[in-house]
Amino acid sequence: MPEEPARTVPEARTVLDARDISRALARISHEILERNKGATDLVLLGLHTRGVPLARRVADRIAAVEGAPVAVGELDVTMYRDDLRKQPTRRAHKTQLPAGGIDDKVVVLVDDVLFSGRTIRAALDALADLGRPAAVRLAVLVDRGHRELPIRADHVGKNLPSARAERVSVRVEEIDGLDEVTLS
Amino acid sequence: MKHLLSIDDLSVDLVQEIFETAADMHDVQTREVKKLPALRGRTVVNMFFEDSTRTRSSFEIAGKWLSADVINISAKGSSASKGESLRDTVLTVCAMGVDGLVIRHPASGAARQVSEWVDASVVNAGDGMHEHPTQALLDAYTLQRRLGSLEGRHVAIIGDLTHSRVFRSNVKLLTKLGAQVTVVAPPTLMPSGIEPWSKEAGFETSYDVDAVLPDADAVMMLRVQRERMSGGYFPSAREYTVGYGLTKDRLALLKPDAPICHPGPMNRGLEIAADAADAAQSVVLEQVSSGLAVRMAVLYHLLAGEEGSA
Repeated sequence: MPEEPARTVPEARTVLDARDISRALARISHEILERNKGATDLVLLGLHTRGVPLARRVADRIAAVEGAPVAVGELDVTMYRDDLRKQPTRRAHKTQLPAGGIDDKVVVLVDDVLFSGRTIRAALDALADLGRPAAVRLAVLVDRGHRELPIRADHVGKNLPSARAERVSVRVEEIDGLDEVTLS
Repeated sequence: MKHLLSIDDLSVDLVQEIFETAADMHDVQTREVKKLPALRGRTVVNMFFEDSTRTRSSFEIAGKWLSADVINISAKGSSASKGESLRDTVLTVCAMGVDGLVIRHPASGAARQVSEWVDASVVNAGDGMHEHPTQALLDAYTLQRRLGSLEGRHVAIIGDLTHSRVFRSNVKLLTKLGAQVTVVAPPTLMPSGIEPWSKEAGFETSYDVDAVLPDADAVMMLRVQRERMSGGYFPSAREYTVGYGLTKDRLALLKPDAPICHPGPMNRGLEIAADAADAAQSVVLEQVSSGLAVRMAVLYHLLAGEEGSA
């Protein structure tokens, strides 16, 4: 296969290609099902921006296995971030919960990269304002380490040891036109 | 954006960004916990030197739902009634560490003047006969939700134009968003000097409601502001209604899906008949809930980000 030219920063190294991502999401989907013992009372919430399409894909896979649709929604945590004041005004996105809400459901948060853990901290606060789930779990495509808070993921696509200064970029078909994870 | 003083301060992009944020904020109204933490630790002061129910309470709820601390100061019962100057009142309040100042004042230009005195972000909640930008934003937001886009749509604004800051802000914003605007008023309530402005800004003027209504995609009725009139603008309330009110007969001239707006408070039976105010196409109450969402969006854009940022 001819080598593809680097798309953004030179020296960007592809760590997951489309097939790796697909396999990782398949595994995560099965793990979620196994852990939850089926898809009942399950709600998948994708975190903006790239967690949203990932959550949909996991939901589709679970639905294909279980033969019934899975509740899926999107969660925006902009208003709950602890660095709001340190940055120019961020654009908020839509939070959309499935019709059944999240009360007494098992909520699985889905995000692309787990890094400092601050986004997830914000997401947990946001969830508390939206209802009271029976349990909250976390699924991420990439865990790159460097946590700043006591937070860990329940389901990880790939553990990616990285230096703090390195940049992990996740691209997804639905938004960027291709599936890949690069390190630069 | 540091202050919101006039529609002139806003680019089309910024307006659409505020509308998108407002759409997100709209959902908060249906939530169980109506609270977002974005403005936690910020203080917003509503300073109203004129009577107001909906604008003041709307700003108050908007601030509270964003977790800001909100206090209200009205001219009655404040030191302003003891003869303190506006500048001293404002500086005193701001010395208490205020981040946002929402001000309504009977003098045109008061908000801009205040913004030059203080460090806080100033929102103009109505200055005399000049502007009322958040009202225009919520009107345009409501219409845009109803009509899709305002581009090329025909909006009729009818009523007491001379005394109306709502009309001034709305004309600026609607034409900015590409709408075709016709303003209608009795000759006595048509602002003097409107001709050059209408030519420059590209809107129409008319004295004939019945000719304008059938073509309108939306109609905005303005309140007859009796408190600003020293008399003599029209012979009687009855005559105003016959000539310029949105009566039951005129309702029939309107396209059945054309939204009817009114900034409130309505003088039922004067500029708008009960049949029109309560018609299925009336969006008066929708304007109120939109107003909350838009004001939340404005406060968010002014106060959430880092100091002095866009």
